[in-house]
Amino acid sequence: MVRAAHLIGVPVERCEVDRIYIVDRNPGEAALDRLLAAVADPVVEESRWRFADEAATTPAGTVEVGRLTGVTDAEGRELESLADRLGLGTLRAASATAYRFGPVPTPEQLERLTREVLANPTVDRWAFGPLPAAFGDPAATHGEVVEVVKIRDVPAERLEQISRERLLSLDRAEMAAIRAFFEDCGRDPTDAELETLAQTWSEHCLHKTFRARINLTWRHADGRVHSTETIDGLLATHLRAATDALAAPWVRSAFVDNAGIVAFDDEADLAIKVETHNHPSALEPFGGANTGVGGVVRDILGVSARPIACLDVLCFAPPDTPEASLPAGVLHPRRVAEGVVAGIGDYGNKLGLPTVAGAVLYDPGYLGNPLVYCGAVGLLPTGSHPRNPEPGDVVVVVGGRTGRDGIHGATFSSADLSAETGQMASSAVQIGEPITEKQVMELIDVARDEQLYTAITDCGAGGLSSAVGELASEVGVEVDLAEVPRKYPGLQPWEAWLSESQERMVLAVPPGQRLDRLLELAQELSVEATVLGRLTGDQQLVVNHGQLRIVDLPMDFLHGGCPRRELDAEWCEPVRPTDPAPALTEPADLSDGLLALLRHPDVASKESIIRTYDHEVRGGTLVRPWCGPGGDGPTDAAVCVPLGHWEAGKAFALAVGINPRLGRLDPYRMATAAVDEVFRNLVAVGADPGQVALLDNFCWGNPTLPDRLGSLVRASQGCHDAALAYRAPFVSGKDSLFNEFEGREIPGTLLITGLALVPDRNRVVTSAPAGAGLVIYLLGETRAELGGSLWADHLGWGGGDVPAPLDDPLSRYRAAHAAIAAGLVEAAHDPSEGGLGVALAELCLAGRLGLSVSAETNGLRTDEWLFAESLGRLLLVVRAEDTTALESALAGQPLARLGTTTDDGRLTIDLNGAPAVRLGIAELVKAWRREA
Amino acid sequence: MSRPRVAVLHAPGTNRDGEALVALEQAGAAAAIVPVGRDLHQFDAVVVPGGFSYGDALGAGTRLALELNEPLADFAAGGRPVLGICNGFQALVKAGLLPGCEGSAARRVTLAHNANGRFECRWVHLAVEPDCRAGLHGVLPSIIACPVAHGEGRIAVDRPEQADDLARRGHVLFRYVGADGLPANGRYPENPNGSAADIAGLCNKDGNVWGLMPHPEDHIVDAQDPYGRRGRLGLALFQALVDRARAN
Repeated sequence: MVRAAHLIGVPVERCEVDRIYIVDRNPGEAALDRLLAAVADPVVEESRWRFADEAATTPAGTVEVGRLTGVTDAEGRELESLADRLGLGTLRAASATAYRFGPVPTPEQLERLTREVLANPTVDRWAFGPLPAAFGDPAATHGEVVEVVKIRDVPAERLEQISRERLLSLDRAEMAAIRAFFEDCGRDPTDAELETLAQTWSEHCLHKTFRARINLTWRHADGRVHSTETIDGLLATHLRAATDALAAPWVRSAFVDNAGIVAFDDEADLAIKVETHNHPSALEPFGGANTGVGGVVRDILGVSARPIACLDVLCFAPPDTPEASLPAGVLHPRRVAEGVVAGIGDYGNKLGLPTVAGAVLYDPGYLGNPLVYCGAVGLLPTGSHPRNPEPGDVVVVVGGRTGRDGIHGATFSSADLSAETGQMASSAVQIGEPITEKQVMELIDVARDEQLYTAITDCGAGGLSSAVGELASEVGVEVDLAEVPRKYPGLQPWEAWLSESQERMVLAVPPGQRLDRLLELAQELSVEATVLGRLTGDQQLVVNHGQLRIVDLPMDFLHGGCPRRELDAEWCEPVRPTDPAPALTEPADLSDGLLALLRHPDVASKESIIRTYDHEVRGGTLVRPWCGPGGDGPTDAAVCVPLGHWEAGKAFALAVGINPRLGRLDPYRMATAAVDEVFRNLVAVGADPGQVALLDNFCWGNPTLPDRLGSLVRASQGCHDAALAYRAPFVSGKDSLFNEFEGREIPGTLLITGLALVPDRNRVVTSAPAGAGLVIYLLGETRAELGGSLWADHLGWGGGDVPAPLDDPLSRYRAAHAAIAAGLVEAAHDPSEGGLGVALAELCLAGRLGLSVSAETNGLRTDEWLFAESLGRLLLVVRAEDTTALESALAGQPLARLGTTTDDGRLTIDLNGAPAVRLGIAELVKAWRREA
Repeated sequence: MSRPRVAVLHAPGTNRDGEALVALEQAGAAAAIVPVGRDLHQFDAVVVPGGFSYGDALGAGTRLALELNEPLADFAAGGRPVLGICNGFQALVKAGLLPGCEGSAARRVTLAHNANGRFECRWVHLAVEPDCRAGLHGVLPSIIACPVAHGEGRIAVDRPEQADDLARRGHVLFRYVGADGLPANGRYPENPNGSAADIAGLCNKDGNVWGLMPHPEDHIVDAQDPYGRRGRLGLALFQALVDRARAN
């Protein structure tokens, strides 16, 4: 806290923190004493109670912070439950925290500390004195009201105005289609119908851009047209087409469900999904990332799998962004990063899921719009995910209660961010309750094994409206919202229907024994389960609130009525310098350059983040996010054995590839490079490149602007071609568009995630070599490809070739895998950002060993050889006695012997016979840890 | 009794129950996951595993302690072994079952927020205390390696001499040591959370209630050790528990 205060220029020296619980009535002194005795720890805490109305003052320099009413307050709720458990009767309780700073800051400083460090007006309230009591209920409105929205006989401009005013994010053509439908019906829609359509037709749920017909114009930098092309939907033409063409027998399910499913062994499959939670994380970093994890885990539950591991990829603006440069309404990237990391740790750790893989990247383009990719993997018995809901099945919602939180998340994520968005969409941001989801997870696990349900889906964006609509899309359904368990009274029907309150799943359950058993199980596991209605068979979505009908829509219009978009895209090659890279002074000593790259936040140690995530729980993490004797060496991919699968010897590996720097110059090559990076990472830990499932996650700006869409299309084409070249099908994907802040788009950012199998868990390697005298090989070729590299960025040079795709990458990776599987490789590492130089330094760091390298650059400049980010390369570390075997295993592949590991504690690189790098391990470690 | 029956207790938010179950089975027990509150009389031993029971919203293990206090006091009074790991250890301490000294019931030891204020996950090394009432010295390997993963695992004591008193009275079960087995002497990260006197685990006066912050259930095969060493299995603790249950 003190450190954070110093970072914003408030010179406090200490901060004392008190836990506060506020209860709504006096249960008697004895009861209060018992409550205090139960919650306070006498060894390290002092405790007391007082009346809220006692001459209320707090010492100077104090601020008390609590949650806004309606925002999840797990502490308050647990205190209520504790009071009940102690037999003290029913209490309402709220929690708060008091911060007392010394020396006493000025009122202005305290205000800044509160706003910039302690509290977020999106979810918190505070007082510079005693915080007034307030309990979970936001202002209630009385009586259920259904509003009919007049859309017939209104001008087109009015339609767009309605869309804007109600945050529907529907365009004129979509509003017109809705109007035409209701004209045929002879009535106007209800508020809930309009909202249901907006959610179901949102970019978030329907992927309108990825389904649109796109006219692409590709121009050279000088404006000449290179080519034009019409693409009949990116999803169909590029992503799904590649998967269909490959027809891999081990793909159990791709693109049709909440998550992709692939075979693990004869009995079990793995499910995988990666989502984004960017806009919520921009506004409330902890809550946004927290519920991002919760959401993707529910996607895994939505295919009946038991979640078993998580991954997270984060993109922030640089931590040293000057305070003064922050636009209004933007949180400092340091605060965003801290909140996001804490939010991920809180949710994943409390779910008992290991967070095993990921990346953290920094670029000024993410200011105001950070990216938070949350991924999860699950395990399910082969063929156990049912998809056969029948008329007569009842609709059951399980898990958390429904509140006014998280309304309009789907449509909110389909709009640009601006300084006002925070206020406007604060209802879209939530704080999660991981323990509720944990219990839901356990319920689903048993319910699936006992075959208690016929269909399942998660309540994500759009809440019940999307989930129930999706569950019953081929059957029809009638539900009664009066049955929905509420967090507090006063929700309007449309709010209960649209609310995205977390930790809820919806199931279709046959009535009778199976329903009884499900309800019994739920009770055992303390999960709330409520019957909302039944599947009808009439293909209508009917929603009532008691006697009030609020939605009556045919499923075919809901799911098929959205007009397809036709969009223009323009890819214009960037204007780039043709001059060579800034000259080096010969003989070039690249030691300082290498240290600068190691210090770059993209490359630098992530240990301070990684260790706040439990990466060990479930006991199956074989390759962790770190390796080596220092406990901090960077690893290329995670390898995990599912719990209880030690005997079989099989494991799975998870890796990511991402590089927005390449995308700025050439989005097509960004995509092929990301796929290559995934393969390098997977192969480097011992995974089989012959069975790699890929996921695509596109985060881009506003796709209705042709330049944004043009680069997206190029990246999508790259995905298609790479999938075929690597014979790796896409099994799932997600796009997050409209990532813009005040009209400035983020760098188009493609994340590729790869899931592969490790046939033998005893043949797993890391990037930490052990012992001197091991031989270091480079597999693959280095070319003069500095375009988009970290080195070019460091030089401030915008030229150079972007790494080109390889002709036949797969045979190289297969050969490398065979060598690793044969036990010929002691350690392996992938050269990515910072090229060979950084990769060699990382071998040193991971193994805390010296390396002595000597090579010819074959016509390349020494900095090109050291820092180019060419594809298709791996560093392999081999015992001296295995060199012959390795060379023959990799015969026909470009393979160069670079040097050996040493015990002299130094990284020594000679190029063309001259010294290029001379650094001690201590210097490397210091730079890499960004120590002064 | 060839396969002692061991209950692995489960409350909302418990999460290393699966690993504890696997470890116990591998150690020769017939283990079952049992919801907190169920009758335990048919079991020969109890494990309270890790996690975030009830979200730890009121302080780690605070709420679970209320549920465990009476049933486990009764259970352990008969001499049957009880092992609390991480959140289970926190709950046993807050329920007063550990260190379970003679005399006053006032809490003298607790598990407070880590010295660095953060949740932290890392592998640590443990040495069993020679004069421990649990009698595990010589039974377990001289060093056990396994991960910690907690935010509130710092052993804090009510007065500075308490740590020595606990050791003298045989209540210290494990201490954090370096990979070489030498005392951590408070040094981070060997002592990962700033625990007083490097204490990582405690036992009660009868030597049958054990608790520790690290996770021995996450090291039951050599392949799990990130440093590639062999024979430092946490499994040994489960074997000791099963032997104790069998002998009882």
